[in-house]
This record gives sequence, structure tokens and C-alpha cells, in this order.
Amino acid sequence: MSLLSLKGVESFYGASQALFGVDLSVEDGEVVALMGRNGMGKTTTISSILGMVKPRGGSINFAGKEIVGQQPHRIAQQGIGLVPEGRRCFPNLTVEENLLVAARGSDWTLARVTELFPRLGERLGQYANTLSGGEQQMLAIGRALMTNPRLLILDEATEGLAPVIRQDIWAALRKLKAAGQSILVVDKTLSELLPVADRCFVLEKGVTVFEGKPDALTAELQDRYLGV
Amino acid sequence: MAALSRETIANGVLALLLLVVPLLAAASGETFYITLATRIVILALAALGLNIALGLGGLVSFGHAAFFGLGGYVAGILATHAFNGEALLFGLPATTSMPVIWLVAVLLCGLVALPIGAISLRTSGVYFIMITLAFAQMIYYFAVSWPDYGGEDGLSLYVRNTFPGVNTAQPLPYFLICLAVLAAAACLFWLLRGSRFGAALEAARQNTTRLSAVGIAPFRIKLVAFVISAMVTGLAGALFADLNRFVSPSMLSWQMSGELIVLIILGGKGRLFGPIAGAMVYVLFEYALGGITERWQFFLGLVLLGVVLFARGGLLGLVAGRARHG
Repeated sequence: MSLLSLKGVESFYGASQALFGVDLSVEDGEVVALMGRNGMGKTTTISSILGMVKPRGGSINFAGKEIVGQQPHRIAQQGIGLVPEGRRCFPNLTVEENLLVAARGSDWTLARVTELFPRLGERLGQYANTLSGGEQQMLAIGRALMTNPRLLILDEATEGLAPVIRQDIWAALRKLKAAGQSILVVDKTLSELLPVADRCFVLEKGVTVFEGKPDALTAELQDRYLGV
Repeated sequence: MAALSRETIANGVLALLLLVVPLLAAASGETFYITLATRIVILALAALGLNIALGLGGLVSFGHAAFFGLGGYVAGILATHAFNGEALLFGLPATTSMPVIWLVAVLLCGLVALPIGAISLRTSGVYFIMITLAFAQMIYYFAVSWPDYGGEDGLSLYVRNTFPGVNTAQPLPYFLICLAVLAAAACLFWLLRGSRFGAALEAARQNTTRLSAVGIAPFRIKLVAFVISAMVTGLAGALFADLNRFVSPSMLSWQMSGELIVLIILGGKGRLFGPIAGAMVYVLFEYALGGITERWQFFLGLVLLGVVLFARGGLLGLVAGRARHG
């Protein structure tokens, strides 16, 4: 059975419907890419999984349990770690406090996170709002890992970062994948995303329009669904 | 030795002043100044309690006078019953022992703060301010209209309550008791702020959605902070009643809630010694200007305006720079 599976999820912002039936699944140990142009519902899908937007239709099943309608912190406690779009650390806390606040479970510790991201180890006492964009991104990933999630969700984790930093982040994600971490990742840079992903889902206007292996996503399909 | 930060030095100076000035006053027989210092210490303790909710959690409670007054009434009512040899409800014996009174005050304030917090924390911003005010006013009017304990006229304590091994009737020993309680509360504040709970509380002030995304319920964190905050303020109320040997509904009034907020803003929000600096300035203004004009609060208002406009970190911020936790 899938670790995470969404079936026909429909979500609204007030009166306007954003998701019209999203299907998605992530197996244990798998890296799944969620793709689509701007405004097609990727972030709304993630918000719906976390319960920050309450879906009005469809079902979301995580680790064998229906999670639609639960409170966001309950859903997170069951093992979903979110790296939100735009990094969103706690700016008024230090790096160490940002990490320790989230700590849950025993596998991922401060020591392991700083081993994965040595830059964070050098800046433990610094405020999150004094970090560079890339470092904040590392902190956001580290914070999500500190909750020892069964599923890590990354929303636009490399957006707006320098190429060198992007490589660091992708290298870290590859390490996590090798260690068997299940990951759901949203990203726009296909050349970096596709080699890491095991499976892809493409959204268009709030509906899942493609599901398959990265190599099944031909240049023609890429142009049709993702080209600008 | 590592260089001390300017805030640590400022804190040290304040702590030293608070200890040395009353000792000098005692040596020269000026007991009035000891009472003044005791007033500073107790108001600082009350504001320190509020600082847990307001400074760390960003919960602007405009109803903390309720807990201050409740603590005061616990001291007043227990002492009055004990003095008259009457039992309390259910035949429980009354007492004049401070430690017991403190325990009852703290527990009662915690019990009252729990439902008030649980209801108020469903709102935020200006609604939170108003709903905490509403609860405090309810308790205020209840006290005013309850003739058994003096109603509007308040309740006098015949003698100051007792503390084992200490002559509390003397100003200096009583001051030292209050100072020890303040020191303990400051330790509690410091430990809380440095703990994981403190970090979660500051995170909740910053962004509740992010906090729930890492699996922590912001509501519970804020509620616990609100309750602890009320307990500390309630303890200060019990001490205040013993200082004045008098309790009245004015301790429960909204002016008192406002005063506590003013102390924090004057001194420095979220800072360990903020309430202490605030209480010092407040009480000294009250004493120095209060002797010259009845309208001393006008000048305090000017100072407050100056602090809000030019020293957002409060007076401690002026001395020590930006707050560690901005």
C-alpha cells in the first residue's frame, strides 16, 4: 500500500475552486516529483495534504489512515515534514532553536543535520533572518528532518538560489534518497529534478494529467504541460 | 573571561541597585525607601508574569489585573478568616502563613486562567485584548458587588501574614522575601525562554502555521504560557496585599492591567530585566513627581511616548541595543 495517496482531491479558496481532482501517490522510499506550470495547483495540493487548506472532496490517505479534516499539527505529527515554499524559517529564533523546536523522534538529531549541512553547524547561534537564502533553505530542510518524517515534502526547494547552492541541496536530497527517505518534491528545473525522481505527476488546472516514469515524460509532453 | 554583553551589565547594575539601596536605607533608618523598593519588586514580579505571555508569546493580555487582584484577595480572605477564627468553605482551616497563601493564590490563578485562556486564545489581535479585558472586568464587578469582603471599600489585613522564621512586620525582612520571590521568578523566566518550550512559544508568536507544520499545536503552547503567566502575576498580587495590608477592587481594575503593560513596554518587552527596569522608573516617577503634582501620570505618558517612538526595545533596549529575540 502507498505511503501517501490522494484520490480525486478537490480544494477551494473561498468560492473559487483550485483543485478539481488531484490523484497522487508516493510509495515507501520513493522520490516523487510533482510538476506543472505556475498556478496549476502544486502548492495547493501540498497545503491540502498538510490540512492547511481543507479539501471539500476526495480522499487523502497517509500510512493507512484518512487524514482529510485533521488539524495540521496532527497530520505533521503522523510523519509528514514540510519544507515550505519561500523557506519560511522562524526568523526570531537561532538556527539551533529552529531545529530544536521541531525535534521529534530520535533518528535525526542536531548532529546528523549539521553533518548533512555543515554550514548550519557553523551558524548554530545565528538568527535565521541573518542567514543567506541558501542557508535558510538548508535550515528549512533540516527543521523538517528533525521531525523524523516518514515523508518529506519540498515545495520549490531550489527556487531563487545560486547554482552552486542548488547543487548542494540536490546532493543532500540524493543522500536522503539513498538512505531510503520518501520524498515528494515540487521543482521547476526539470534538468535537475528528473534524474532524482522515481516517478512524476503533472498537474494542469487542478487535475492530474500525467503519471509515470521520468523517461516517459517526452520532450513533446514536457512542451505541452510544462513549457512556457 | 568572555566579554559580558551590555544587557548583562545593565541587568547586573539593576540587580545590585535593587539589593543595595534598601540595605543602605535600612542602615540609615529610612524605612520608607525600603517600602518603596518592595513596591518596585512586587510590581516587577507582576509584570514579569505578564512578560511571559506578552513578551515571549506576543499575547497582549489586557486582563492580567484579574490575576493580580485574585492573588491579593486570596491573601486578604485567608488572613481575615484566620484572624476571626472562622473556617473557609467546606470547613477548611484559614491561615496566615505566607507559603500556604502563595500556594493557594498560584493554584487558584492557574485554575481561573485555564478557562479564560482557553476561550480567549480562540481569538487574536485586538479581539484577544478585548476578551481578556472583559473577563477581568467581570471579576472586578463581582468583587465590587460582594459585600462579605468589603465590596468597593476593600478589605484590610489586621497584621501582615507570617513567614516561618522571619519577622515580616519589619520592612527589611519583608523586602528580602519579596526579592527572593522575584529572583526565583526571574530564574523561571530565564529557564522558560531558553527551553524548547520557550522557542516554540516565540515561534508561535511569529507564525502559528509554520509551527503546526512541524507538528506542534500552537494553541496548547500559548495556553500553557498564559496559565504560567497568570500564576506568577497572582503570586505578586498576594505579596502586594501583604505589603499594603489592604486589598481592594482597584487591584482588579483595568487601570492595573494597563499599568502592567506600561511597565513592560517602558522596560523592554521580552527582556529578563525589562519589567524590573520598568517598575523602577514607574515607582520613582510616582514618588518623585507625585509629590509635586497630582498629574504625574501626564509626565509618565510623555516618557512612554518617547520610549515607544524612539526606543522600541524599551529603556533596556536604549542601554543594551536590540533585543536578543527581536
